Amino acid sequence: MEAIRIEGLRKHFGRVRALDGLDLCVERGLVYGFLGPNGAGKTTTLRILAGLARPSAGRAWVAGVEVGKGDVRHRVGYLPEVPAFYGWMTPREFLADLVAPLYGMRPAEGRTRAEEVLREVGLEEAAGRRIGGFSRGMRQRLGLAQALLHRPEVLLLDEPVSALDPAGRHEVLEHIGRLRGQATVFMSSHILADVERICDAVAIIDRGRLVVAAGREELLARYALPLLEVEFDAPMEEVERWMRTLEGNALVTGAQAAGRVVRLRVGEVERAKAELPALVAASGLTVQRYEWARPTLEDVFLQLVRE
Amino acid sequence: MGTLLRKEFREQWRTYRLLIVAVVLAFFGWSSPPIARYTPLLLKSIPGVPPEVSLLIPPPTIADAVGQYVKNVAQFGLLLALLVPMGAVALEKERGTAAMLLSKPVSRGAFLLAKFIALGTTFFSGLFLAALGGYYYARLLFPEPLEAGRFALLNLLLFLELLVYVALTLLASTLARSQATAAGLAAAFFAVLLIPGAFPQVGRHLPGELASWGSRLLLEGPAEPAWSALGISLGLIALALLGAWAALRRQEI
Repeated sequence: MEAIRIEGLRKHFGRVRALDGLDLCVERGLVYGFLGPNGAGKTTTLRILAGLARPSAGRAWVAGVEVGKGDVRHRVGYLPEVPAFYGWMTPREFLADLVAPLYGMRPAEGRTRAEEVLREVGLEEAAGRRIGGFSRGMRQRLGLAQALLHRPEVLLLDEPVSALDPAGRHEVLEHIGRLRGQATVFMSSHILADVERICDAVAIIDRGRLVVAAGREELLARYALPLLEVEFDAPMEEVERWMRTLEGNALVTGAQAAGRVVRLRVGEVERAKAELPALVAASGLTVQRYEWARPTLEDVFLQLVRE
Repeated sequence: MGTLLRKEFREQWRTYRLLIVAVVLAFFGWSSPPIARYTPLLLKSIPGVPPEVSLLIPPPTIADAVGQYVKNVAQFGLLLALLVPMGAVALEKERGTAAMLLSKPVSRGAFLLAKFIALGTTFFSGLFLAALGGYYYARLLFPEPLEAGRFALLNLLLFLELLVYVALTLLASTLARSQATAAGLAAAFFAVLLIPGAFPQVGRHLPGELASWGSRLLLEGPAEPAWSALGISLGLIALALLGAWAALRRQEI
């Protein structure tokens, strides 16, 4: 069963095409990364799914309800890219007195749940302070708290950790990761290492269109860079001399040296895995490290977006 | 709706809007009868003013006190009706709090109505204080009788007049993307109502006539009713709110 389904979604702002026929399916219970360069249409997509913007064409469903046809807001938690609050309120008031009753929670339940989510996002000590004095990071934590308050089926998170320090990012990502199986998390992010760490599946969009959507491991395997890194314990001139001997070798499609480290791009990975150790050994140089480079999501992202 | 209303009332209180409206209206309400009573005396006491001038000024009456009260409260009320609600929706859209709130199960109609009710309550409270003080000082400083019920009716009509301008500013705030644009648009709406009001044949059908009607009732007893002004005022409030609702429904937040 899909938590989110998007079919041919288009959104124009005058002449600008923010979304240009986006198609996407997100299965229930996943933590799903939604990536793309600036202006790719991520925020627009999330705003349409949250019911704050209307598509120019195409359709979308969230938790089985078509966006714009039915009201799905009870079942969705939304964190905007820059969460905004009433500065004169405290987090406790915002969550317990405003957000919780809007989701039909009784006062006592709202208060209890507000305390719970404030603790989960690390804001329990600031619960009685005015939001007006909060840093961007604290606002982002509160934004996450309000999105989680009513235990939604689908969480739409637009750059949920962009304003957090590394420790805060780690903590919040851990929390998002723990939601796996309980809710579907659909999150956009520019920090690809974070997405790689917690997302089960990833979609990459560019210029309003889907470039690729797949499971994280499948994506990394599909776009695995056939790249070998060899680090020598030898003078740089000798390393470079050996590298030049590889020119014309059918096995190596490209070679690049950075100090004593040589990065070899190969055409046929399996054949290279069998034959390259002998070729390296034949150099007569001491090898300190011999490693097939594991591609990162960032490598895949850059490769796909450049293409 | 109840949750949104509580939020709006709390906002009126915490952001000092209620206090500002109450203080401004109360000040001008309370000070009007003393101004009417003592201005001629002040003029006489100014050195160099020829005695003929002071003879030209008739002794102040309760009608002067009521006139001063209506003029001050209506003028400053109008200014407040522009300044206080101009950011009600526009500022929320500008800051992003509207998006945060409207992504939750909240109807856009309830969002607007809660704001209008809270603003109306704020103006009602301010006018109530103004009326209390105004009545007290008018009774204290002038020997003529002043019927409390009719004075209350005058204030009710004044309140309705202010409510027209509050609704128009709320409409402007909904149509505009920023608070500054909302202020400009609201000022344009006000001008459309106020400029024709200068021509008596048109003016007697416009909201400004309500206060005159109230004054006549208070000072002259049974007076010619201004039903058309009352109907048009109520119609304008309804139209402004419906317009704001229709606009907000279509807007992307």
